[in-house]
Amino acid sequence: MHSSNGHSRAREGGSDRSDPVEPAGSVRYDDPWYDALASGWGESDDTPAAVPQGRAQRADGATAADVYVEVQRSAAFQEVRSRYRRFVVPAVIGFLAWYVGYVVTATTAPGLMARPVAGAVNVAMLAGLGQFLTTFLLTWAYARHARLRRDRAALELRWDTQELTRGMRGGSS
Amino acid sequence: MTGDHQTLALLLFGAFVAVTLAITTWVSRHRHGSAEEFYAGGRLFSPMENGFAIAGDYMSAASFLGISGLIALYGYDGLLYSVGFLVAWLVVLFLVAELVRNCGRFTLADVVAARMSERPVRIAAGTSSVTVSVLYLVAQMVGAGSLVALLLGGQGEAAQTWTVIGVGALMVIYVSLGGMRATTWIQIVKAVLLLGGTIALTVLVLVRFHGDFDQLLSTAAERSGHGESFLAPGLKYGADWTARFDFISLGLALVLGTAGLPHILSRFYTVPTARAARRSVVWSIGLIGGFYLMTIVLGFGAAAIVGPDAVRGSNAAGNTAVPLLALDLGGGSDSTGGTVLFAVVAAVAFATILAVVAGITLASSASVAHDLYASLRRRHAKARSEVAVARVAAVAIGVVAIALGLLARDLNVAFLVGLAFAVAASANLPVLLYSLFWRGFTTRGAVWAVYGGLIPALTLVLLSPVASGSPESLFPGVDFQVFPLQNPGIVSIPLGFVAGWLGTVTSAEIPDEAKHAETEVRSLTGAGAA
Repeated sequence: MHSSNGHSRAREGGSDRSDPVEPAGSVRYDDPWYDALASGWGESDDTPAAVPQGRAQRADGATAADVYVEVQRSAAFQEVRSRYRRFVVPAVIGFLAWYVGYVVTATTAPGLMARPVAGAVNVAMLAGLGQFLTTFLLTWAYARHARLRRDRAALELRWDTQELTRGMRGGSS
Repeated sequence: MTGDHQTLALLLFGAFVAVTLAITTWVSRHRHGSAEEFYAGGRLFSPMENGFAIAGDYMSAASFLGISGLIALYGYDGLLYSVGFLVAWLVVLFLVAELVRNCGRFTLADVVAARMSERPVRIAAGTSSVTVSVLYLVAQMVGAGSLVALLLGGQGEAAQTWTVIGVGALMVIYVSLGGMRATTWIQIVKAVLLLGGTIALTVLVLVRFHGDFDQLLSTAAERSGHGESFLAPGLKYGADWTARFDFISLGLALVLGTAGLPHILSRFYTVPTARAARRSVVWSIGLIGGFYLMTIVLGFGAAAIVGPDAVRGSNAAGNTAVPLLALDLGGGSDSTGGTVLFAVVAAVAFATILAVVAGITLASSASVAHDLYASLRRRHAKARSEVAVARVAAVAIGVVAIALGLLARDLNVAFLVGLAFAVAASANLPVLLYSLFWRGFTTRGAVWAVYGGLIPALTLVLLSPVASGSPESLFPGVDFQVFPLQNPGIVSIPLGFVAGWLGTVTSAEIPDEAKHAETEVRSLTGAGAA
C-alpha cells in the first residue's frame, strides 16, 4: 500500500493548493500511461500538437499560475476545449429541451398524450420510453466522442502541464 | 401479517447487517486514518465497482418503494418521476463528473474554493451540502419506518421508532469505522441485491401476464377504476394549474438536482482518473436505467395484481405496493412462496435504506469536517484530526436525521426526495456550473449563488402546503401557507442562478484570470489532479 510510482514526487510538488492533509505514503494510481494503454485502441490520428513551451522558457522565475495560463492559451488546449464544447453544448440544449418539452406536454396536454397508438400503449408511454432510449443513446455517444476525440489529447496536455510545473517547483524548493 | 413473514424478514435482514459489519471490520483492519482513505477510499476503485456503488447510492428506497407505489396509485404520473431521475444523469455525465473529478479532492466546495477566496465559499457550500444531505436522510429514515410498520402490522408505532433509531445507529457505525471504503462495498452489495430482487419480481410479473406488456397495462387500467386515463398523465398532477406547475417544478428539480447531490459528487473521487469517473457514470446510467424500467413494470404490476385499493389501504402514500406485490406473486400471504418473497423484498428494501443512509452520512460528514470545521476553526488542522472530526460529525448527523425522521414519518418518501433534489438544484448546481464554466465568476457571486438558492428553497417549503394549512402538513394545526406549490424548484432554481450572476456583476473583485485558467486546464486535462 505504500508503494509510490515514479510520478508521485512530481505530483506532490505540483499540488501546492492542497491542504497539508496529504500523507506521504498515500497511494497514487494515476499514472497517465496506465490510461493511455487502456485507451490506445480506436484512437483517431488527429491529436493536436503538444504544448509548444519548452523547459528553457521557465528560467525567468515563472510560477505555476503562468504555466496554466500558457497552457490555456496553447492551440492544443483550445482544440480539446472546443471539441468538448462542440459536443456538450448542443447535446445539453437538446436533451433539456426534449425533457422539459415532455414534462410540459404531459402536464398541460394530457389529451394529446392519451392518444392510443397500439393496444394499451399510447403516446405518453412511447414518449416516456423514448426518454429512456435517448438517454442511453446520448450516454453512448458522449462516451465514444470523449474516448476517440478528447482522451489522448487531454492526456498529453496533462503530462506536459505536469512536466512544466514540476520542473519549476523542483528548481525553487 | 403472520409471524413467519416477520421472522424470515428479520433473519434475512440480520444476515445483511452481519455481512455489512463484517465488511466494515475487514476494510478497516489496515486503517491509516488519512483523509484520502476516509473520504475517497484511497481513490482505488475500478469504474465498474464505482458504477455499481453510484447506482447503489442513487437507487434509494424512494425509488424502489416510492415510485412503484406512485405508479400503482396514479398510473402514468408515477412514471414521470422515474424519467426525471434517469435523464438527470446526462447532466452529471456531460457537465459534472469528469470536471469535478479533475478539480476537486473530497467535496463540492473543493471545486469552487480553488478559484475563490476560500473561507466564505467553503462555509456556504458546506452549509448547503449538509442541508441537502439531511433532507435526503430524512426521506430514507421515513422509508425505513413505514416499511417496518407494514412488517409488524398494527403494533408498529414503537417498532417504527426503534427501527429509525437502529438504522441511524448502524449507519453511524459503518461510516465512522469504515469510511468510504466500507461504504462503497456496502453500496455494491446492496446494488446487486436490489437489482437481483427487482429482476426476480419483474420476471414474475411478466410471467404472470405471459410476457404481454400490453395486457399488463390494460389489466392495470381496468383494475384501477380509472380506465384509459390511468395510462395517461393527469391523475395526480392534472387536477388544476397548481398541480401542473407543481409537477413541472418537481421535474426541473429532479433533472437538475442529481448533479448537486453531495453524496453523488463524492463518489467521483473514489476512482483514479476522470476517465474512470466517466466510465463509472456510464455503468451507473445503464444500471439505473434498467432499474427504473423495471420499477415501471412493478408499479403497473402492483396496480394490476394487488389493486390500488389494497395498496392504499396498507399505506396511503403507496410506499408498500412492492412488498404487497411480492406477497401476491409468491402465492399469497398463506403460502411459503409468498412469505419468502415478501421477506426477501422487505430485507432488500432495508438493505437499500441502510446503504443509502451510509453514503449520505459519509458525504455530509465530509462537508462538516473538510469544509465547515476546517474553515471555521483551525486553518491548518492535521489530517488525522480532520478525520476524527468527520467521525464525530457522522454521529451528530445521525442524531439529527433520527429526530427529523421520527417527526416527518407520515410524508411520502418520493416527495421528500423531490424536496432534497430541489434544494440541491437551487443551491449547489448554479455555483458548481458557474465555477467550472464562467471566466468572470467571483467570490461574492459564489456565496450569493449558494445562499440565493438555499434560502428561497427552504423558505418556500416552510410557506408551502407541506408545512402548514392542510391536514397532511407537518403542522396541521396552524396555517401560514403562502406559496401554493409543494416543490419550490421552479422558483428557487432560477433564483440561485440569478443570485450568482447578480453577486458577480455587483462585486468589485476582479476575477483572477490565472485561477480561472488553472481550473479550466485542470478540469479538462486532469493536470495536477488529486
